[in-house]
Amino acid sequence: MSAGSGQFQPRRATTEPLWLRAILLTFALGFLALFLLLPLVIVFGEAFSKGWQVYVAAVTEPAAAHAIKLTLIAAAIAVPCNAIFGLAASWAIAKFQFRGRQFLITLIDLPIAVSPVIAGLSLMLIFGARGWWGEWLNDHDLQVMFAVPGIVLATIFITFPYVARELIPMMQQQGREAEEAALTLGASGWQTFIRVTLPSVKWALLYGLILCNARAMGEFGAVSVVSGKIREQTNTMPLHIEILYNEYQFAAAFAVSSLLALLALLTLVLKSSLEWRAARDLAEAEACRRPE
Amino acid sequence: MLFKKSSQKPVLPGFGLSMGFTTFYLSLLVFLPLSALVLKSFELDWAGFVKVVASERAIASYQLTFGSSFIAALINLVFGLLVAWVLVRYSFPFKKIIDALVDLPFALPTAVAGIALTAIYAPNGWIGQYFYQWGIKIAYTPIGVTLALVFIGLPFVVRTVQPVLEDLEQELEEAAASLGANRLQIFCRVIFPALIPSLLTGFALAFARAIGEYGSVVFISGNMPFRTEITPLLIMSRLEEFDYAGAAALGTVMLLISFLLLLLINALQHWSQQRHGGGR
Amino acid sequence: MQLFTFPLQVSANRRHLQSSKRASGLLKSWLRLPALLLPTLFLLAAPQLQANPQQSAQKEVRLLNVSYDPTREFYRDINQHFAKVWLEKTGQKLIVEQSHGGSGSQSRAVLDGLRADVVTLALAADIDPLARVGKLIAPDWQQQLPHNSAPYSSTIVFLVRKGNPLKIHDWNDLARDNIDVITPNPKTSGGARWNYLAAWAYGLKSSGTEAGAKAFVQKLYRNVPVLDSGARASTGTFARRGIGDVLLSWENEAYLAVKELGADQFEIVVPSISVLAEPPVAVVQKNTERKGTTALAQAYLEFLYTPAAQKLAAEHYFRPIQPVPGVPALPQLELKTIADFGGWDLVQKQHFGEDGIFDQIYAR
Repeated sequence: MSAGSGQFQPRRATTEPLWLRAILLTFALGFLALFLLLPLVIVFGEAFSKGWQVYVAAVTEPAAAHAIKLTLIAAAIAVPCNAIFGLAASWAIAKFQFRGRQFLITLIDLPIAVSPVIAGLSLMLIFGARGWWGEWLNDHDLQVMFAVPGIVLATIFITFPYVARELIPMMQQQGREAEEAALTLGASGWQTFIRVTLPSVKWALLYGLILCNARAMGEFGAVSVVSGKIREQTNTMPLHIEILYNEYQFAAAFAVSSLLALLALLTLVLKSSLEWRAARDLAEAEACRRPE
Repeated sequence: MLFKKSSQKPVLPGFGLSMGFTTFYLSLLVFLPLSALVLKSFELDWAGFVKVVASERAIASYQLTFGSSFIAALINLVFGLLVAWVLVRYSFPFKKIIDALVDLPFALPTAVAGIALTAIYAPNGWIGQYFYQWGIKIAYTPIGVTLALVFIGLPFVVRTVQPVLEDLEQELEEAAASLGANRLQIFCRVIFPALIPSLLTGFALAFARAIGEYGSVVFISGNMPFRTEITPLLIMSRLEEFDYAGAAALGTVMLLISFLLLLLINALQHWSQQRHGGGR
Repeated sequence: MQLFTFPLQVSANRRHLQSSKRASGLLKSWLRLPALLLPTLFLLAAPQLQANPQQSAQKEVRLLNVSYDPTREFYRDINQHFAKVWLEKTGQKLIVEQSHGGSGSQSRAVLDGLRADVVTLALAADIDPLARVGKLIAPDWQQQLPHNSAPYSSTIVFLVRKGNPLKIHDWNDLARDNIDVITPNPKTSGGARWNYLAAWAYGLKSSGTEAGAKAFVQKLYRNVPVLDSGARASTGTFARRGIGDVLLSWENEAYLAVKELGADQFEIVVPSISVLAEPPVAVVQKNTERKGTTALAQAYLEFLYTPAAQKLAAEHYFRPIQPVPGVPALPQLELKTIADFGGWDLVQKQHFGEDGIFDQIYAR
């Protein structure tokens, strides 16, 4: 049983009548089937349209393998960076009142609204050969664009707000009595943050990480501008998919897409195992406290 | 310092550190590139700028982009709440898998999503054919654009509401129930107010994401000038002509409009929080 | 442990606070992760940072060919052959790196600092900015290799459904009322500009006047129900969505589409007149001088003109400069060159620029 759900005894007025539950469930699942399941079926259908061999060949060829590696690396750097930012930003925004707060939140939102191509372009205006720092970088033989650092930068930009935006409403809802009490009782600031705040927002943090990770792996537009698309060097999975598609190798393109979808679903396993652990810890903690 | 702490009441530490890091990271990774973009558009003189951003065709594209993004975000608001509710409160078979599927729109490259959606909603597609019989075209119309935007923004509302809903204290509902409130009253007075901030956050994010979307929309929209041409496509046309300044000008206008709209939504959220006392 | 008991008194309802030390330990280890990962970013960047130390002294040399799509398989074959030739000639092991994408975006990448040794793009208009704006190549680059620096060419043909049910034989059929034509947007797709120009050439020839040509092209584009952003998207719309009666396509891509998507579904129709699409190649001197690969890059492009490479081009459905023995020749037809339209500079401005003829077609 997960910690977050399913602990509800049917009680008067704390749950909906059966007929209403059935209706809500039907609508929700119908919506998801229409918008998530069908596209997924199409992707997998196309992926296997030329048989297993084509699928296996498509996802194991060296170019695909390298693209998978690069995608994972970019996500592995971008997600933690944005997670740290998200924690800092949400702490500052949710726990304190200050002028310009809405302004700051809106600034954090902005990268989502920026068209990915424009995001790539603006990075190019700074780091590109004709950009602000282009000449300096060139003179020092530093390559940011069309290399891994550029891909990471673009990924960070695109996935910038996700963790922060998950955490802020959660932290606001939590308020700050718990932290204030911890401080009053003599805990240090860090202790309070790590032992009181973090556990209380861990689900929001987790959702933020999952979203951020999925988006980081799937990003195409911004990365395509800054990557240079060099085969087996700067091709991420979405870029590799594009090349395959442009080569008329539709089945192979969808095969790699389906792999990307599966990779994202892997976060499900991670989340479930964390939930399971948290539930176990909760049980242990309660068992420990009883003798006291 | 721009963001000054205004209330000295709480004793929580770390404001300077967290705010300092936030502003540093924000300026380096967001503010700097975006100001480069805005400055680039200044390469045009005023008349040139206006010609690019206020042409009839550009204005038609803003209407489509912002209009369909808004409708898509509204659809996501309603169904996102519903899906989050169902995922948190009810148990049903394959729940975990369905829960994981919600993130799918982020993981699929947008072009793949566009191709898959077009396959479903094209006049000879799985679903599109039935609508076509009734004379309704979905793909290659603004409806198709909106559908694609619903898809790519789907995770936002679900994932912002879900943690808050999971964290919501059951005791309050029980207390309200024991005081004789019915289910609808409890939902409207107890649950819904607590969800408003996260709902608005999700709405803002879904809306913002839809505005900038390019990859999936170009497959399903048909890209006909004045009818189904979105602003990011116009930006791409400019880039293909190596007209960076023109592209930057269109990008700047979109940025400005999105910023104002997001500010409005965030202010609304702030206001609702004050009113319902959600922030404590 | 103290810390974990008191919050219960503070607010009994916050059940997450009951999490034990282990849970927060887990979170702490998450926090440590980025500290480990940040340095990795720089480690990753490191090999890129020390870009190209004196390569010529080493046994292994690298060459970056920035190309358009879909030439991946063609250049895969070329690279294999040329690496062999180069090894025999110099004893150096050659690795040719490939980059593929839309012709325009590839050109912009090189302009913005992608260190290509050679560019092999779809149209001269995409290489010109490298000389004009970026000063990366000489202004007279098109004179540096034979045949306008185009070692192979192609043309625009029609792809129709099997059996040609609507009897589409030439351009005038495309302007008929009952025909749906699929072609991408020339504003976002380089290849689509050739489609447009081929139609323009027919209009000019049949009517004799520019006004007539414009009227014809306008009529044709009225028949376009979907204006995709790229050539492959158009192919997808035509072949997989089943929309439209005829697809305008590069000849080599039409053959590729028939091969990959099924010869039982489509057939190719060759019109009476079309354009000579010359995908040109050039050495990016500024980059090769820096890397010390000028001779290699030059040799690579010259190799494209050898009989072996010409044969590969023909096998990948390009039109070689001379007919290649052993590969069936592609059908002959009247082909207009870009010079017949006044050159790319004029064409870009007159037809595809802001308020150009293409914009006028769609003006409200």
